Amino acid sequence: MPFISNTTEQQKEMLAEIGLGMDDLFSDIPSEFLDKPMNLPDGINEQNVRNKLAELADKNSINLTCFLGGGFYDHFIPAAVYSVVSRSEFYTAYTPYQPELSQGTLQAIYEYQSAICRLTGMEVANASLYDGGTAMYEAMMMALRITGRNKVIIDDSVNPINRVMIDSYTQNLQIDLEETHCADGLANRKRIFRKIDDKTAAVILQNPNFFGCIDDFSDIAEAAHKKGALLIVSCYPISMGILKTPGEMGADIVTGEGQSLGMPMSFGGPYLGFMASRMKYVRKMPGRIVGQTTDRMDRQSYVLTLQAREQHIRRDKATSNICSNEALCALTALVYLSLLGKQGLRETAQICADKASYAYKRLTAIPGVEPHFKARWFFNEFVLDLPCEAADVIAKLIEKGFAAGFPLSRYYEKMENSILICVTEKRTKQQIGMLAEALESVL
Amino acid sequence: MKLIFEKSAPDRRAVQPGPSDVPASINIKKALLREKPAELPELSELDVIRHFTELSRRNFGVDTNFYPLGSCTMKYNPKVTERIAAYPGFAHLHPLLPQLRMGGMLTQGALRVLYETDLFLREIMGMAGFTMQPLAGAHGELTGMMIMAAYHRDKGNKKTTVLIPDSAHGTNPASAAIAGYKVRTIGTTENGFMELKDVEKALDDDVAGVMLTCPNTLGLFNPHIRDICDLIHSVDGLAYYDGANLNAIVGKARPGDFGFDIVHINLHKTFATPHGGGGPGAGPVGVIEKLLDFLPVSIVVKRDDGTYALEYDRPKSIGYVAPFYGNFGIILRAYVYMLMLGKNGLKRVAENAVLNANYVKEKLKKHYKLAFDRTCKHECVFSVPESMLGKSVHAIDIAKALIDRGFHPPTVYFPTNVKEAMMIEPTETESKETLDAFVEAMIEIAEQAKAEPDMLKNAPVTTPVSRPNETAAAKHPNIASL
Ligand SMILES: Cc1ncc(COP(=O)(O)O)c(C=O)c1O
Repeated sequence: MPFISNTTEQQKEMLAEIGLGMDDLFSDIPSEFLDKPMNLPDGINEQNVRNKLAELADKNSINLTCFLGGGFYDHFIPAAVYSVVSRSEFYTAYTPYQPELSQGTLQAIYEYQSAICRLTGMEVANASLYDGGTAMYEAMMMALRITGRNKVIIDDSVNPINRVMIDSYTQNLQIDLEETHCADGLANRKRIFRKIDDKTAAVILQNPNFFGCIDDFSDIAEAAHKKGALLIVSCYPISMGILKTPGEMGADIVTGEGQSLGMPMSFGGPYLGFMASRMKYVRKMPGRIVGQTTDRMDRQSYVLTLQAREQHIRRDKATSNICSNEALCALTALVYLSLLGKQGLRETAQICADKASYAYKRLTAIPGVEPHFKARWFFNEFVLDLPCEAADVIAKLIEKGFAAGFPLSRYYEKMENSILICVTEKRTKQQIGMLAEALESVL
Repeated sequence: MKLIFEKSAPDRRAVQPGPSDVPASINIKKALLREKPAELPELSELDVIRHFTELSRRNFGVDTNFYPLGSCTMKYNPKVTERIAAYPGFAHLHPLLPQLRMGGMLTQGALRVLYETDLFLREIMGMAGFTMQPLAGAHGELTGMMIMAAYHRDKGNKKTTVLIPDSAHGTNPASAAIAGYKVRTIGTTENGFMELKDVEKALDDDVAGVMLTCPNTLGLFNPHIRDICDLIHSVDGLAYYDGANLNAIVGKARPGDFGFDIVHINLHKTFATPHGGGGPGAGPVGVIEKLLDFLPVSIVVKRDDGTYALEYDRPKSIGYVAPFYGNFGIILRAYVYMLMLGKNGLKRVAENAVLNANYVKEKLKKHYKLAFDRTCKHECVFSVPESMLGKSVHAIDIAKALIDRGFHPPTVYFPTNVKEAMMIEPTETESKETLDAFVEAMIEIAEQAKAEPDMLKNAPVTTPVSRPNETAAAKHPNIASL
């Protein structure tokens, strides 16, 4: 049998030693439940399974030139990232409950936490959450705990893929979730300022936002703090190569989707939710946290710490129910950031912005194609209005070999003709030119 | 060992992203830019590789040696699944593609993986349908509790409370609480499980349901499980199955037949996907027929023409618990594992997991205190005998002594209703030779506990660090180098 080490002879020997038959081992399960027929196929060997899966992989089209973003990005991944994360000392371990055997994972997570803080301008970070959406939800719950309040304001320029998750999670909870409609592509100050009151736990914003627009939330941080509310900012980690950090803006909790830090898109996961905050809130933070300490010989060492917040100790009073997180993805992000380094991340971010800016100019030169928002700063995504329905145009461009962008009508009213286009450092000038030609030809 | 940041040298480079083939533009307003670049390390590729190779040597995985961490099912992770997950046709697939018009046809292979995994899991669990969205076991629990709440809301039931045995994993009460429920805890009797009469006593109309592992975290199968589920159903409650211990019964018996209504499965346990040093995992949730409408959006369906599509129109659904279709890369590995094992292979998994656990249990029960002396399922729970406690030897000391003998320790101090617990889960992938070596080490430690207990208090001595000071770590948290 595949992946079972004991021979039939050994199994018999072991049963004889414990004086039982195989059936006796299951005699505590009422026989009416046992060994009922299951409609499952017979097993196949490695060679056949690889052929079968290669065929299925071929039924997925990955040859479209990708201008699709929406929070999930086609960035370049250096080969060395795979080399490190495919070391089985890392990937076949589990949560580092035994620190002496897990200094590798523990130090890496400590370094990851440090890198996330440096990236976002914050003071503390946890060891990871499932994804950007659950991280945003956990940040919201953390703000409710810190403030003891129950009103949350969220602007609709925050990724709708995350907002629908927050809607689901809050269904059974007594939370007053108020949405503001963005103002010309930026967080709606007028509405947000009016809504912030002394019942407000948090304002949730995103930078760059779902439309790719860049904002500075310093004024909103100040307004929130005046009323004792917190500012939660979700950010795109690659953009942190150049953009003002949430920390510099005065954010209290920073979250985001870390997929862009060296993880393949992999049809939706595994991804990485990151979370950073201020030292004064560390004991209210969800998730595992690694801390530095010393061993009995005063050697620097690392342990899981502040566990009194967690489910295995606090049970129904815990800060979160999370147990397994996305440790290997956190390692991936750390290796990616180490390979790019201080200069490389800045350059990558700048190249993304430059290429997006080039594409923007190239595409808006097409007659009938207009920017949706008035002059705005954007990072590597932008919204264009087409002379006809965006979903139709995108479908036609698929036939020409492009995943040209995302139709905003899927989540926003009155945006039938609007398309969200993303350009990463992987796209070439030539590909951008070809997209422009293809777009022009289908309009 | 130095931190990676301490190895940095100005202007040293690994990856060079440029030069760019478009003109540089200084289009972003200065006030929107960060003042200084993020202080990431500046290293060569070799520096990075050496650093992480050194770290990896300070780690212990299933590939290193025996890892009998109870409740975690640390079985061997087949290498072929890693290879397949890296196929570009899967790894480079953008998750938004099927949401574009015409796009669904471009992801038929991936949608079929999701669809067939759902079918296989239905068959294995006795459920009517699954969502692949939950990203780990605990996330599955929360999803399950949200489905429970949606069911009661739909029926107009006013339910406030979930029953959970004291042996449950901490995630169970935490998930119920986060979903908005109160938790009522039920004790474990000397038989090793929650008794029917105690459930009866705790039951009233406020009860929304029960959360159980079966076999439970003591490794014991509750023979009255069907009656417990029936009892819960008598107040229109729902029975939730925490699938963390599925390895004990996979291919042999189905939770749906026991009377469970909602289940989650930890694919990173029973279905052999790697634990990743703490994740990523995946926690698909299955439900019986009457709960299908509440499953998250979207669901993969097969159309009459044999193609696969995502179904979004689900008015009673709890909505989205994850951005897309779950941790696809993990689901894919589990799918490959199921294809390779087939129905007979899966059944052998449970049989050998249970055989290995009972073998270890019998071999050790003369030397350690068996929490419950009965046939166990996939794991067995011991506690430290009084004679050792008298010499101040605790579960933690035994764990650390095992490290010096080359083994990963069992789970210690869990389940919490057994004092000084040591929970051993060998899994089916280990050989008799490995189990014998482990048993021998455990016996040697028991002898040492009598003869030279102080030696145990010093363990481990073979690792890069000895026992770290956890109290100091929590008192003055240093959790980032800034
Ligand atoms: C019994 C039990 N339930 C639930 C969980 C939580 O699963 P996960 O870590 O995948 O969230 C675990 C994990 O160890 C467990 O052992």
